[in-house]
Order: sequence, then C-alpha cells, then structure tokens
Amino acid sequence: MYSRNLPYLLLLPATLFLCIFFLYPFVLVAWQAFVSDTGEFTSEYFMEMATHWKFNTALTNTFMLALAVVPFQIALALYMATLVNGMKRGRDLILYVWTIPLGISDLAAGIIWLAIFEQTGFLNSMLQGLGVIEQPVGFLGYQSKGTIFLAIVLAEIWRATAIVLVILVAGMGLIPKEYYEAAEVFGASRWKQFTRITLPMLKPSLQTAMILRVILAFEVFAVVVALGGTNLPILMGEIYTWQYDLRDSSVAAAYALVVLAISIAFTLLIMWGLRTPKGARV
Amino acid sequence: MMVKKSLMSLALAAGLTTLGAGAASADVLFWSTQGNTVEESQAMRDQVLAGFESGADFQPSDTGPWITRIEAELQAGSGKIGVLGSLHGSLISLGDGLADLSDVNTDGVNSTFLELGKLGTDQQKYIPWMQATYIMAANKKALEHLPEGADVMALSYDQLIEWAKNMADATGSPKFGFPAGPKGLKHRFFQGYLYPSYTNSMVSKFRSPEAEEAWNKFKELWSYTNPGSTNFSFMQEPLLTEEVWVAFDHTARLADAFNQRPDDFIGFPAPAGPTGRGFMPVVVGMAVPSSAPDMAQAKELIAYLSQPETQIATLKATNFFPVVDVELPDDMPAAVKLSGAAIAAMSGAADANPGLLPVGLGDLGGKFNAVYVDSFERIVLAGQDVRAVLDDQADTLRKLMEEAGAPCWAPDADSEGACPVE
Amino acid sequence: MSTAAKMATGNVTGKSAWHKYVFTGAVILLCLWVLVPIYLLLVNTFSSPEDVSGFPKSFIPNIDTGSVEFFLNYAGVGQALWSSIKVATVTMILSIMAGAPAGYALSRFEFRGKETFRVLVLMTRAFPLPLLALPLAVMYLRIGLDDTVLGLALVHTMLALPFAVLITFSLFSGIPVELEEAAWTLGCNRFQAFVKVILPLVLPGITASAIFAFVISWNEVFAAAVLTIENRTLPAFLLQGLGNAPLHLKFAGGAVLVLPALLFIFLVRKYLFSMWGIANR
Repeated sequence: MYSRNLPYLLLLPATLFLCIFFLYPFVLVAWQAFVSDTGEFTSEYFMEMATHWKFNTALTNTFMLALAVVPFQIALALYMATLVNGMKRGRDLILYVWTIPLGISDLAAGIIWLAIFEQTGFLNSMLQGLGVIEQPVGFLGYQSKGTIFLAIVLAEIWRATAIVLVILVAGMGLIPKEYYEAAEVFGASRWKQFTRITLPMLKPSLQTAMILRVILAFEVFAVVVALGGTNLPILMGEIYTWQYDLRDSSVAAAYALVVLAISIAFTLLIMWGLRTPKGARV
Repeated sequence: MMVKKSLMSLALAAGLTTLGAGAASADVLFWSTQGNTVEESQAMRDQVLAGFESGADFQPSDTGPWITRIEAELQAGSGKIGVLGSLHGSLISLGDGLADLSDVNTDGVNSTFLELGKLGTDQQKYIPWMQATYIMAANKKALEHLPEGADVMALSYDQLIEWAKNMADATGSPKFGFPAGPKGLKHRFFQGYLYPSYTNSMVSKFRSPEAEEAWNKFKELWSYTNPGSTNFSFMQEPLLTEEVWVAFDHTARLADAFNQRPDDFIGFPAPAGPTGRGFMPVVVGMAVPSSAPDMAQAKELIAYLSQPETQIATLKATNFFPVVDVELPDDMPAAVKLSGAAIAAMSGAADANPGLLPVGLGDLGGKFNAVYVDSFERIVLAGQDVRAVLDDQADTLRKLMEEAGAPCWAPDADSEGACPVE
Repeated sequence: MSTAAKMATGNVTGKSAWHKYVFTGAVILLCLWVLVPIYLLLVNTFSSPEDVSGFPKSFIPNIDTGSVEFFLNYAGVGQALWSSIKVATVTMILSIMAGAPAGYALSRFEFRGKETFRVLVLMTRAFPLPLLALPLAVMYLRIGLDDTVLGLALVHTMLALPFAVLITFSLFSGIPVELEEAAWTLGCNRFQAFVKVILPLVLPGITASAIFAFVISWNEVFAAAVLTIENRTLPAFLLQGLGNAPLHLKFAGGAVLVLPALLFIFLVRKYLFSMWGIANR
C-alpha cells in the first residue's frame, strides 16, 4: 500500500546516509575492539582498557563533568528562555547575544577560557587590580584539581548552553497563549503556571535538548585539554591517547564503544523519563 | 524563498568547482607534523620549499590527522602524500609502510642519525631532516639566586634543585618550569636525561636503586616546580610571561622566548648526575610512504631538503638544527646563537653522556614512552610509592621489550636479543 | 508573553517594581556572561605580543593589529575560507534533503522501527569522529571522493543529520494534521498539499535547521584535516598547530575563527528561533 511504504521511503535518504557514512566505518572500528590480530574473538582489549590505571579516573571524571554541567545548563536555559519570553522590547537582540556561543567551536572556547584562568590571565589581573591577591594564583596547577574542574564546568556552561536555549525558546513558542490566559483568569501564580503549563508542555523540547546535550557532554574534549592539561583524564582524551600516542586502535575502539554505550543508555533513559503519552502531543 | 534559491545556486556553483578541481597538481605533497604553526608553515613554504624546482606543497597537521591520513593512504594502497616529515617516534610505528631510501644521496648527513633512520632494519626507512635537543633556559633575573659556587654552564641536579628552592623562597612562588602538558615531550626527559644521569641506562636499570634515587630527586625538584607545568607543552610561553624563570625544553620550543627577548634569557646545558650529563637528541625524519604517487619526485625533494643551504633555511624557518655538516652563517636568529652555545657546552662537557632514541620498537614506541610518562604521573603527580610504581612499570617495560625483541641502545650496553629489564 | 503580561498587571506595585529590577538585572548579567569572554579574546587579539604575555593584563587593548594582519595576509586563508563556505553550504543542503523527509515521516506516521531510527540517528553523535575518520578516508581514497568538497560535506552532513531530523520532526509535529487533510479534501494529493500548505509554514524553521548544519560544518576540524588537502577548510587550515603557536597568534587565530561564525549567526538570527515553526512572534 502506498501510504504504508511512504514513511520508509521518506526515511530512505537519511538511512542510506547513515549506513554508508556512519554504520559502515563504525562496524569496521568496532570490529577491532572484539577481534584479535589472529582473527579470534577476544575480550582482551576491554580487559586492557578496564584494568588500565587511568580508566576509572577517566570514567569518573567524564561522568562528574556531565553531571555538573548538563543539569545546570538545562536549568539555566529554562530560566533564560522564560526571561526572553517575558520580554517586550529588544527580544531579538538579547536572543542574538545569548546564542553567540552557538557559533564558537570547543577549540576556540578553550583558548578563550585559558586566557581568563591562566596564571597571567585576566582573572588574576582583575583580582590583583582589586587588591584581593598579592600575586597571581595558579588556578590550573596540578594540585588544584577542584579549580580546574570548576573552570572547565564554567567554560562548558558558557559554550554549550546556547543550543539548549535555542531548542527551549522555540519549544516555548509552541505553547498556545490561551493556556496562560486561562491560568490568569483562575489566578494561578507565575510559578504555578511554569510548573503546570510550561514544563509539561515543554517535554518534547526538553527531551531533545537533554539528549543532545548529554551525548555531547560525554564527548567533551578540547576545553578539558586546554584548561586541564594532563590533570583531568577523560574518556575522549584516553581515546586520543590510545589511538595516536600508544598506537593501539583496538583499545581505543573499546573506549569509544564505552562512550557509545553510556550515551545510548542515557538517551533511552531520557526518552523514557520524558516520554509524552500518545495523543497528548500538541 | 529567496534564501533557499540563493543557497541552491551557491551549492550548484560549489558542485561545479568541485568537478573542475579534479585535475591533480604535480607538486610533491609534503605531509608534516613539524613546522605546523602558522608562522613556521609560512616560512617553510616561502623560504625553504620555494626553491624546489618541481614544486612542493607543504601541508602540516597535528599528530592525530597526520597519522590517520597516512594510515588511510597505506591501507588504500594509493594516495597523495609524497614525503612524510615527523619525529623519529611517529615514524617508527609506520615502519613497514615506508619505502627504502638507500639510493638517496646522503653525503654529509650525520651517520648516527642515518643509522637511527633504519629503524633496526637493513633498509633506510627515513632520512634525518633536522634535529634539536633539550637544553635549559633561564631568565637573567634567576641568576642571582644560583646556589653559591654553582656554574650555570655545568650544573648538577642537586644544584638545580637548590636553585629552584632559592627562587621559590625568594619570590614566594615556584619559578622552575617543566613541560608536563599534554603535548609536552616529558618522556624524553626521563629517558634521555634523568635515567642516564643517574643510572647510565635507559631500560635495563629501570627499577634499580639508582633509578629510585633519581625519581626521588625529581620529586624534590618538582616541589619547587610551578604547578602550572602540567599545562605547559611549550616552555617559551611561560618563560615569556615570566610565570617561570628557569625551564627545561627542546630548543625549538624555547626559540620564541630567545627570539623575542634575546637580552633577557640565557641558554645552558642540562644538569649532570652521578653517572654524567645525560642528554638525547630530537630527530625529525623524512620518509616516503610506499603509496607515494611519484617515488622519484619524492626522493628528489628529500635530496633537496638535505642540501646545506636548504638545511640553513629550514633552521631559520623552524628553529630545528641541521643534520648535515654546515657552517652556520652569522646572520642567525638569537635563538640559534643562544641554544647553539648551550648545545656546544653540553656535548663538549667532560661528563657528557649522550643517549640515543629508541629503535626496533615498531608500533610499541608509544607504549614505551607511556611507561615513563605513567611512572611520572603516578610517582610525582599522584604521589604513589616509588618502589612499587617502578616494580609495576618494570613489568610492563619488560613485556614490551620482549614483544618487540629490541636490543639495547646507548647508554645501555649492547645486549643479545631483547634489552633486559633487571 | 505570559510573564510579561503578568508583570505589566502585577498584583502589588512594590513587588512588581522589585520583579522588574531582578528581571533587568538578570538579563544584563547573562549578557555580560556571554560577552565578556569574547571581549577578552578580542583584547588579546588586538594587543601586541608583549602585552599578550605581560602581567597584569590591561582590560583595554592598545590596538595592535599585527597578529590579525598576519592571518589576513597568510597565504591560503582566502582559499580556505572559500572552501569552508562551499563545504558548509553543501552540508546545509544535503542535511535538509536527507533530514527533512525523515523528520516528516517521524512526525506523521506510526511505523515499526521508528524508535530504532531515532536512536541510530543520535548514535552518529555519540561515537568519536576521529576513529571513524580512518575507514572513511580509506573508502574515499578508493572511490575518488578524497580531497573533494562533496566528500567532506557528506561527512559533515552525517554529523548534522541528527539536528536536521530532530528539528524538522518538531516542526512538522507543530503543524496540525487537519491542515493537510483539509488540503486533501480540496483535491490536492499528498505531495501537492505538502508543497502548497506545509512547506511555506515550515520554511523558516527549515532554514534554522540548515543554520545548525552550517555551524557544525564550519567548526569541524578533524575530518576536514584528514579528508581534504587542496580544499582544506578554514579551521583545518588555521587550527593545525594553533595549540603550538605563540600566544598572540593563538588568540588572533581564535578570533579569526569566531568572528565569521558570529557574523553568520547575526545575519540569520531571525530564522534561528523559528525552527519550531511558529515561534517567532
């Protein structure tokens, strides 16, 4: 039947794309993680990865970073989106300013924040100018893992909140005005309007935003290297190390599969947690 | 609608140009990890390669893309890369994919380095392109804090530690710097400087009591080292910002500081330990992948780059020293003069103990380096027990050496079969 | 709009004024939060090399354009910029051509494999591109796509596809099916109804999704550095060795990379917020 095949027909271009440019190379890479040089299935590479002394640290750090960054970003973006929606004039300009980081690559973001936090950077210049400190503080030294972590969290929030904001602002625009008008009539407080109307209606956008952010958070790399140097091992950094320094693409592939598995797990979790019941879509 | 239309026409235009650009250019593609900063690439193209008659296209890149691209070309069996330029350490892992360059004229090229370029085989896998070595650099402000009786041109590790301590006490913050950042070449310091200076060995005495002493000394030095060091990959930057006053790094990575403020800095030899003044060269090689589109032209480029005049032009462009015998003219940049003096003092010292780069490790070279870097991170950064870490890492090292079957190299004594880890 | 309406009609005047201060304060603070780091990058970009490595730093640049001029005069920058624009443009078009039909299908039909497809699309972002680059490069070398604008654009499209699918999915979901059905009863077939009724409504949103694709392509470095040589894009061309470059050039390079993207977002900001269809009121 025409319309039964139509969805598959429509999916065809995208699927073809994914098969050729993602699945094909992906299978080749993933294969390396399971098959030894002699062509036998082996768990040796996963063992090597898991028993390496940096694995646990890298895994923990990656999780901690995602955990520190993503929830805060979602909350901040929600707040920013509400602010924007309450704006009468200058909405376009403010939105533009807030979405600027969208165009900034992680490499550039790393450079920018290094200029702020390094020992001779802007933060130290300001603190010294204000007389808070006598001489520059090394924020990014190896003993100050806490400040390194904080600096990375700040830089990540600065860099990647814009994408969440864009998705949420657009999603809020979809909520019919009538709902709020009705709520006004019944005298619902703004907080109540937010929790009873905005949040539930925003579920699909929230879902999209969270999935995208979580996936990208597990791949965080350039900013961490710029600010943390070798102090804060993360999964992506280990992938690079194994692939290019240690020249062991099997273990690198094993690491990459771990990243993928975590991402898929979180994606499913978010999909399930923020599912919209059928028929409740706008 | 307008936007959409103009986008469409743009895309069409783009598609057409793509088709038009299909004709291959005849230039040799020089795929290099060195000279990859914008200033250096520009100098390489304008000052060095402009004189190559058949034309060369210098494309530098970071290690990741560099390895990925050449591996892809080797796997595909065809490609665009004519000549590879990279550190000894990156070239050893490509061993089998490199063509034999025995028929390239190598008159005047340093014979020790030529031997390294065979990578333990009987073929000339790469031809040395340029070299550097690690030296020390100091801001002149630091000199007044030198320990009494110490000669900066002939320091010992103990004196260096005392010096670093004096500076930290006097200024309130550690002023010694070490390139322990992600791209810093710290493994070469442990392999070629610390170990030979304390154990007269790089591999076989890895877990000896002398090695334990060496690591404890380094830990002591580290306590007077700028903690930002784990972010430093190129010591010229913190030297210029004066975050550090005294630093250890290789000559090309100090050059900017010397060139920008030649009157403020001095260069001097690496320190000496109980078994002499260990030091090690950094060798950059040129190789031709077996997938090269035009083997003859690629070899021509290598021969061109080995000429004395080209080597001097390369020195000016990249701050790496020639590997052929040449008289350096007088109009050299300050970095060359300052580091040249330090190198001369280091290699001419009575207690000089030169080491060689690892050979015969194949694609285990990276893991070999990781043994030293991991030891550093565990002992010095994570504060783990020296003895335990050395014993643990020695097992890894022994396995690596046996798997690669690599015999010992200087300063370790020659071995029958794989270099033993005692 | 609700909060604004609420504010205008605030219950208690004092509370309303207080709200207004908090509101304005928060907006200004957040603007500063975004702008100050960029300003500092520009300060470093337009300072002399000595000032860039000096301490304490001045928060007002002494306007030294040496570093920027170096980049502008750097041989090949123009060509790399042109390559970047070509690749990003082709990426925009391809990602819409492949993504929009998929988004439409996801929004209008219930079918088997729907969730699988959604997860599959997202997987492309969850696996590190640097590892995929090797098999892709081998494939490209064998089939002759190596070092072409199209080849790189195809890889970038793969990266942009999740965004294109998700955004267009939301767009189409925001348009009532009844609108289409009405068109069918008036004698349009499915395709005609789509072109005449739906397309005009979603076009701004589609443009927004194209903008995402553009930005993704613009900032991608690794695949560009491996898959192109003559046709290197600006990030791949400039960023090689940027980490090793002297400080002043590092910052100038960062600025050269950031500014075109800012300009682009500024030019297309209208579309950016219309991606959920009717959002831009």
